[in-house]
Amino acid sequence: MATVTSRVALSSARSAPIRRSRLERAAPALFILPAVLVVLFISIFPLLMSLFLSLSRVRFAGGAVRFEFVGLNNYRKLLLGSEQKVLFGVLDMPSPLGWVLLALVAFGLAWWIVKGARRGFPIGRIFASAILAGLAWLVVSTLFSEKGRPGTLVVTMLYVFVGIALQYLIGLGLALLCAQQLPGRTFFRVVFLLPMMITPVGVGYLFRMLADTNKGPLMPLWVALGLQDFSWANNAWGARIAVMIGDLWQWTPFMFIVLLAALEGQDVEPIEAAIVDGANSWQIFRHITLPAILPVSATLILIRMIEAFKIIDLPNILTNGGPGTATETLTLYAYRIWRALDIGGSAAIAYILLFLVTFFAMVYVRALRARLVNA
Amino acid sequence: MNLKKATSLLAFAALLLAACQPAQTPTAAPQQPAQPAQPAAPQEQPTQAPAPQEQPTQAPAEGKRFAGITINAITFSGPQIAEPMQRRGKEFSELTGATVNVVTVPFADLYQKILNDFATGTNSYDVIVFAPQWLVDYVDYLEDLTDRVNADKDLQWDDIAPFFRDFSSTYNGRIYTIPLDGDFQMVYYRTDIAQQLGLKPPQTWEDYIAFAKAVSEAKLTTEDGKPVYGSCIAKKKAAQSYWMVASFAGAFLQSQGTSQGIFFDLDTFKPLFGDNEGFRRALELYKETTQYGPPDEINLDVGDTRGLWTAGQCALTLDWGDIGTLAIEEGSKVKDKTGAVILPGSRQVLDRKTGKLVDCTPELCPYMIDGVNHAPYAAFGGWSGAINKASKPEVKDAAFAYLSYMNQPAQSNVDVTIGKTGFNPYRISQFENLDNWINAGMSEQAAKDYLGAIKASLNSPNMVLDLRIPQNNYYQGIVLDGAIAKYLAGEQDLDATVKEIEQGWEEKTEELGREAQLAAYKATLGVQR
Repeated sequence: MATVTSRVALSSARSAPIRRSRLERAAPALFILPAVLVVLFISIFPLLMSLFLSLSRVRFAGGAVRFEFVGLNNYRKLLLGSEQKVLFGVLDMPSPLGWVLLALVAFGLAWWIVKGARRGFPIGRIFASAILAGLAWLVVSTLFSEKGRPGTLVVTMLYVFVGIALQYLIGLGLALLCAQQLPGRTFFRVVFLLPMMITPVGVGYLFRMLADTNKGPLMPLWVALGLQDFSWANNAWGARIAVMIGDLWQWTPFMFIVLLAALEGQDVEPIEAAIVDGANSWQIFRHITLPAILPVSATLILIRMIEAFKIIDLPNILTNGGPGTATETLTLYAYRIWRALDIGGSAAIAYILLFLVTFFAMVYVRALRARLVNA
Repeated sequence: MNLKKATSLLAFAALLLAACQPAQTPTAAPQQPAQPAQPAAPQEQPTQAPAPQEQPTQAPAEGKRFAGITINAITFSGPQIAEPMQRRGKEFSELTGATVNVVTVPFADLYQKILNDFATGTNSYDVIVFAPQWLVDYVDYLEDLTDRVNADKDLQWDDIAPFFRDFSSTYNGRIYTIPLDGDFQMVYYRTDIAQQLGLKPPQTWEDYIAFAKAVSEAKLTTEDGKPVYGSCIAKKKAAQSYWMVASFAGAFLQSQGTSQGIFFDLDTFKPLFGDNEGFRRALELYKETTQYGPPDEINLDVGDTRGLWTAGQCALTLDWGDIGTLAIEEGSKVKDKTGAVILPGSRQVLDRKTGKLVDCTPELCPYMIDGVNHAPYAAFGGWSGAINKASKPEVKDAAFAYLSYMNQPAQSNVDVTIGKTGFNPYRISQFENLDNWINAGMSEQAAKDYLGAIKASLNSPNMVLDLRIPQNNYYQGIVLDGAIAKYLAGEQDLDATVKEIEQGWEEKTEELGREAQLAAYKATLGVQR
């Protein structure tokens, strides 16, 4: 009996630490579970719900909200139906310049595929190239053609790629200036940051006032330039440029501050060595500084690209997406349709936007991955 | 050990529960009064008839009977409409103890904001002040006011013009809204410029173009050297401009009386805003006016064109009744220089069988005047107030008393003469009694012109009714507005515009059911005025 008791006691003594250890092992997962559930609830559930909405017709009638599954009808309306011209614009035969640009894009994509083929069958690159070629055709036949007109898709890409390129170049230029030991550099660092602190709606109203040639604070300037009868809002490109200037003004500081940090954080020894070896400023920048800030630049551009695809505030406040649909972005388009309670159509646009952003982000990351690894 | 384990498990369970607990929805639901309600039976409506209309109404007779009650109201961020709601809300609060909280949102957001609130059961708003053409989409959520209206003698319901009583306020024979405003679109012209250039007020849309062109060519300027434009029409996208298009189209599309309608064919429900000569002609004329307008006219909302009008920078404008009262406000440069006429018409109208424009004949245009078919457009229908069915009974009582207070002659007779309110006349007495208008600063002639134009529109047997079928906001605010914006911006030609509207409307009709939409359309046109 005593033996049995002692065995039981021994067994209890052995199993207790085992049970404790199991509990301890499970504890991190158990403690993190609520947070995971919350994240799933606030991110995955809306994603799935909006997918369901994009395949449904939502009706607010009879004192209730009714969902009717309509399959791909909302996408059909956007891609092939009455909303096709809003989304894609009006396509026309490209001009000679358009054909040249298209040929360059085709050549670049072919080269990319061939390069990828050296490591095996490049199915991913072929798929990506097909989409890129389609988008290039859309851009060329709407922007570089006589009767073409860009839709919200092309307008959005215009804001993203042209806008970000300009923001990066200006931001880098300002960062390079402020990285020098110049008098007043602290003051300018603060001043350059101010636009980023203003809400986009405020920026919209600010630029709306500035661009008003009849009543705005810059009216005397417009009158002096003989532009009192000109309205940027009547001209498609005038309005698009106004939106891009506003976006540029607001987001260049973001590029500036991050690039400034990257410039000031780079190792000075290679630069000193290059100076000793007789390298000039351009050579130092091209071969030392630029590779050093490449990882930061790549991340910065990726963040801004994802953000810029969702631009809505500025075109909404400045022009309501007009004249016509000249400044209407995908997000503004989705918002406009949502306001008329076409929830399904709005969700379908959101999913098209999600596909686009994901696609461009993946292509961008894959294209830069090798260089980033080497850097 | 066991105690520790149990404690740990309990703590973990508590954490898990806390994490999984649904968050408290931050609802803007109206705070209900802690104090017991004093339900106001319909026959006890807290209003007293203003014996002489000029005397301020002692609205709720029993003093602070609504103390502690909060009424949440929503309308658009004017300042029009919101201004009198807030001002009268304060007065109402002093008289009754109720608190009136007016929430405003941009016009383009108003429709969905209200419907979302109702449909999701959030019920943040007790009173909505909105466009009565949306009533068809809201009616399931609104309080039937018929009994309350019938019991409230102070409303002087019979004094409200029949159109606003029977069309704007009524749905399927029941009253759901209290009118606060009377809306018709009219054309305003500068009497001094007409005299100076020897021009007559426009009778047809072609006359309108000729008038605008003559002013534009004369290169007139204001006293401070600013240009005077031939025509100013609010054409901004995603604003209130799509009503202007219908004002042009009405003259060409409707000639047989109100029940004919301008939006759809009554047999097939095919859009009349489509491929026919009448609609095409209307669009061409509408676009042509842009040549004689301000350079940024396609980006101007009604507030902008009204500002230009009172600054003396426009010779013609197409607008609701607001221009008449804004013209007499302090600072206006067009006081006693503002003439008003019924919407211009056309000598040719659409033959619906052939889709061609044909000359007016007594058979084709039985209501023509001097050979011109006028089709005055009751655009919008006038801002009206309704009550949320889901609000608490005591709040509904207070809400009705509030709407009644604003509507009663003592208040409304004053408000319709003030430009910034956005309220236009809708009571018979307001059309007949010139004293109110003269006291407000209008000359007798201007008052006669202004009220005459509204009366002519209101009494026209060929009045055009606004679209009041389910999801009319999509038909007009999205499809029509979007296509017109592209047409005005030169992004697409007339053919593409007409096709886009037709295709967009047809798609929505197919989605909602052609027969159901046709039935709803016929029901609204069959209204007995």
